[in-house]
Amino acid sequence: MSRGEIVAAALAPHPPHLVYAENPPQNEPVSECGWENLRWAYERMRANLDKLDYDVIVILSPHWQTYVGTHFLGLDNFKSLSVDPVFPNLFRYHYDIDVDVELARAIHDEAAADGLAVKMMENPDFRVDYGTITSCHLTRPQWDKPIVCISSNRSRQYYSVEVMQEMTAQLGRATARAIEKSGKRALVLASNSLSHRHFVTESEIPEDMSKEHITSHHLYLWDMKMIELLRSGRTREAHDLMPEFTEQAMSETDGGGLTWLLAALDYPEYEAIVHGYGTIIGTGNAIIEWPCHAQEGGE
Amino acid sequence: MSGEVVMSAVVPVHPHPLLAAKENAGWQNLANAYEELRQRIIASGAETLVIYSTTWPSIIGHQLINDPNPKWTLVDDDFHDLGSMPYDFTVDVEFADAWNDANKERGLTSRGINYHGFPIDVGSVVAVSLLNPDNRWPVSIVSSNVYSNRAETIVLAKSCLAAIERTGRKVAVICAMSLSNRMFTEPIEAKDDRIHSLKDDEWNRKILEFLGQGRLEDVAQLSRQIHTQVRVQKVVSFKPMWFLSGVNGQNNNLIGEVLAYEALHGAGGAVVHLLPDPNPSGDKEYDEDDVEYYSGDRDVLAGDGEAQDVGWENPEADDGKHGEEVGEGDSHDSETVQSSAGAGDGALAVKGASQDGVAGGVGGTVERTVMINTDSAPKPVGAYPHARRVGDLLYLSGVGPRQAGSDEIPGGAIKNGSGQSQDYDIKAQTRACIENVKTILEAAGSSLEKVQDITVFLVDMERDFAGYNEIYAEYFTTIGATRTTLAITALPTPIAVEMKVIALS
Repeated sequence: MSRGEIVAAALAPHPPHLVYAENPPQNEPVSECGWENLRWAYERMRANLDKLDYDVIVILSPHWQTYVGTHFLGLDNFKSLSVDPVFPNLFRYHYDIDVDVELARAIHDEAAADGLAVKMMENPDFRVDYGTITSCHLTRPQWDKPIVCISSNRSRQYYSVEVMQEMTAQLGRATARAIEKSGKRALVLASNSLSHRHFVTESEIPEDMSKEHITSHHLYLWDMKMIELLRSGRTREAHDLMPEFTEQAMSETDGGGLTWLLAALDYPEYEAIVHGYGTIIGTGNAIIEWPCHAQEGGE
Repeated sequence: MSGEVVMSAVVPVHPHPLLAAKENAGWQNLANAYEELRQRIIASGAETLVIYSTTWPSIIGHQLINDPNPKWTLVDDDFHDLGSMPYDFTVDVEFADAWNDANKERGLTSRGINYHGFPIDVGSVVAVSLLNPDNRWPVSIVSSNVYSNRAETIVLAKSCLAAIERTGRKVAVICAMSLSNRMFTEPIEAKDDRIHSLKDDEWNRKILEFLGQGRLEDVAQLSRQIHTQVRVQKVVSFKPMWFLSGVNGQNNNLIGEVLAYEALHGAGGAVVHLLPDPNPSGDKEYDEDDVEYYSGDRDVLAGDGEAQDVGWENPEADDGKHGEEVGEGDSHDSETVQSSAGAGDGALAVKGASQDGVAGGVGGTVERTVMINTDSAPKPVGAYPHARRVGDLLYLSGVGPRQAGSDEIPGGAIKNGSGQSQDYDIKAQTRACIENVKTILEAAGSSLEKVQDITVFLVDMERDFAGYNEIYAEYFTTIGATRTTLAITALPTPIAVEMKVIALS
């Protein structure tokens, strides 16, 4: 068996608004348009990723929140209706997801060997979280790749951002090892926004773009600071800044996704591709691609 | 119609008593307590169950289920291996709609939720499944907004009371919540379950001791401290007690009974029954501002920049102070700098421009104001602060000569205890009055030199003007504030002079 690898990775935020605005057949609500800067950014990233050959999408979503360790979807298929608990008016999505249980278990086992608390989720009635669905839909709407879905262990809330960093970085290294041993080619997604202070009101027409802006300028400055580090390959600095960023920008990096991704990539020093940045109901979102394959002479 | 809250209860949110009671004696004890509570709800004559669940977080205001028959199968994110939780509930849609309307009338963002497949949260599903397995009662389930603090939660409770009144329902209010909510972060054997730490256990027992005595408002007033001490910082604050106390009139006039207290994977779970006390002792001890309307501080959609100046809260890591007081008064976006009450002598100030000095109620512009109190100035004779900062200006309540702490009046009171007039020294009273003004200004970061305008009230212009004017000149000649001196018939304490001041902050 050849050595597996991460062929690409991405920061792929999951606001359901982007799916809502796109009007895919799986989603019940209908919109006029909206958030084009981010949707077109996803389009650009998809165009890049479509050129790659990969076997599986490995994703960590902050909306499968677990407090007793890290969990992995552990059945071959999940099919149901996902209704966003916060924005049910925007996201009621019929999904049919195949899971790469073999790789999920391999990552589970690697993480367990590293001393992390882990558990496979094997209840067929379980509903896949809308973060996973949204990010995967926006990245690969064909749904023709199996996924490995990893929960967000809320160690940040139990302990601190620093402890979250240590635990999810360990999980990232375990993920990379498991992928390498599996012989599979993987796309790795961290499904999270950057600054994450929502508006607590919603405009009458959710896609009314005249109402969309960042919640506050200081959050915007934090987002730009972090994006600049990521796009210029200063990812260890980004990692070190993560606790402060998470606290100050109330960032969804508290779920560990970005930390996990950077660790899985062993802190890339090459430039990442920022496909776009925009706000969704006040939160800051960037779509960023790490073209790992290009760094290994693949192109 | 006149509905009422016939009883209230606290129940745990974890699925163990529903799905795995037999695996642990404590979980079985909780399941038994649920059944005992169910029997008590039957006996109470309740017609609708109101469920406030901490495991249903919302962001866009509050959400209320108004699907008449929500039906699904829930699996817990963490404890999926315990099994599935199919549910098929009956919702009191009329009540939910009335509550939703009342929320909006009181300034809250609120909406009904009627979508097939909407994920009702685990706390609500466990509570309704165990308390209402036969759909004996329709339910009304409300979310817990992640950003909301006391003011918003109290107003939510008052909206609930309005809905009870409008619909005439007899309601049992159930809070689905943990006490301490720290779970073990690794899997444990069922037999090994226990409260996560002695500290958590001690706090839980303290909370339950209060609830067992029916001292609900006392627990509500400890909410921030409880949150800091024994709560994982998932949300802004430990708010269910605010809601539960709010629907019970924010007092301690209850009869409480703890039916069970057990560990749920380390967290503290309890079943508590609370009944209105038919013979209350009047032990209403609350000292925080009451609030009727939520004026809001988050009109961020306006995009005019004002939103950046107000209401900044960290929902994940609140320190128990940050933004807690915002909007709790009946003024827009007010903050209490110091919680102790206190102010000058001015009944005049109460009537004229103290606590209601900034526009209250729904609507209006958002202006950042801060209430200021200091222990170094005389205590109030009414519900108003010593001063209030609005933009760059400080508005002081009426200030008299009484001394902080002792209430002694330098120069003597103008009347004795029998109400008979007596001699006094207007110069001493004036000096003390100005010194009190100086103290309050300095407590607010200002000074006498920044006074812009003074209104002086004298009870005997003919007798006192000259003496007052002499002392006044000692302080204010070089400052040059504008001044108005008025003769009035009386002040609320036996003093001869009071000053109302506006200064730069």
